[in-house]
Amino acid sequence: MSFSTFAEFLAMGHHGLYVWSAYGITAVVLVLNAVLPVLARRRYLQDEARRLRRENTP
Amino acid sequence: MNWTWFHKLGSPKWFYEISGCWLPGLAWAAGLLIVVGTVWGLAFAPPDYQQGNSFRIIYIHVPAAILAQSIYVMLAVAGLVGLVWKMKLADVALQQAAPIGAWMTFIALLTGAVWGRPTWGAWWVWDARLTSMLILLFLYFGVIALGQAIGNRDSSAKACAVLALVGVINIPIIKYSVEWWNTLHQPATFKITEKPAMPMEMWLPLLVMVLGFYCFFAAVLLARMRLEVLRREARSSWAKAEVKARVEASR
Repeated sequence: MSFSTFAEFLAMGHHGLYVWSAYGITAVVLVLNAVLPVLARRRYLQDEARRLRRENTP
Repeated sequence: MNWTWFHKLGSPKWFYEISGCWLPGLAWAAGLLIVVGTVWGLAFAPPDYQQGNSFRIIYIHVPAAILAQSIYVMLAVAGLVGLVWKMKLADVALQQAAPIGAWMTFIALLTGAVWGRPTWGAWWVWDARLTSMLILLFLYFGVIALGQAIGNRDSSAKACAVLALVGVINIPIIKYSVEWWNTLHQPATFKITEKPAMPMEMWLPLLVMVLGFYCFFAAVLLARMRLEVLRREARSSWAKAEVKARVEASR
């Protein structure tokens, strides 16, 4: 462990704002990249399900 | 050498099945490696003797920058395969990888700016490395815009492949910019031929993060490609059967 207290860990030796903002924005970008394709797939399947139902009911 | 796998790649159905097997493993590996690498890099790696703790941004900056360049090389390879062998899957790979590459370039530029402020005293300098990375971002935008602007799939695939191939000239420029010009940016962190310039306890978490980012890219790319293949093959019987099976499973 490179830090002795949790407050020190958060402060990052006066560079806390830089380190945490860089990590924060990266985390948001990575999560968006991972979640959006999953949501798009779900939406596509729901649309297809609706289309199939429409076509099957005369 | 056995080339059957290469010819099988021409079959969207085969790709869809095999990628479905790989995806969960890659996604888990990506999550695990990135979490381990982040905790290791943020809390356990020793501080830099000059930069203190701001150097910890390296654990996202370098993997993102490596990926940004690797993905562009992948675009060019996919473009070449698409042009030479007329493989439709190559165009799917090219189109689906480009946005991920653009995001990786964005992360590299942004974390670089945030790191540059406390280290160089400037968010941005027009230095060779930074400028060539910015050009890479615009090349990605070009590929994405071109892919969406042309309605005809075949012409769009050809145009994007050519742009990806021409743009790949920028990759060696990025790579050697720190050697050819006097740059503020430091030289390469990863060298194949030499021992790393940093101590092992700093370098190992970086290696874990780089591997994690590669797995992340592979998993997201496969997920995006699978959906696109399903869309493009919507009229074929296997895609219809797959959609039907998924729809019934979710009910």
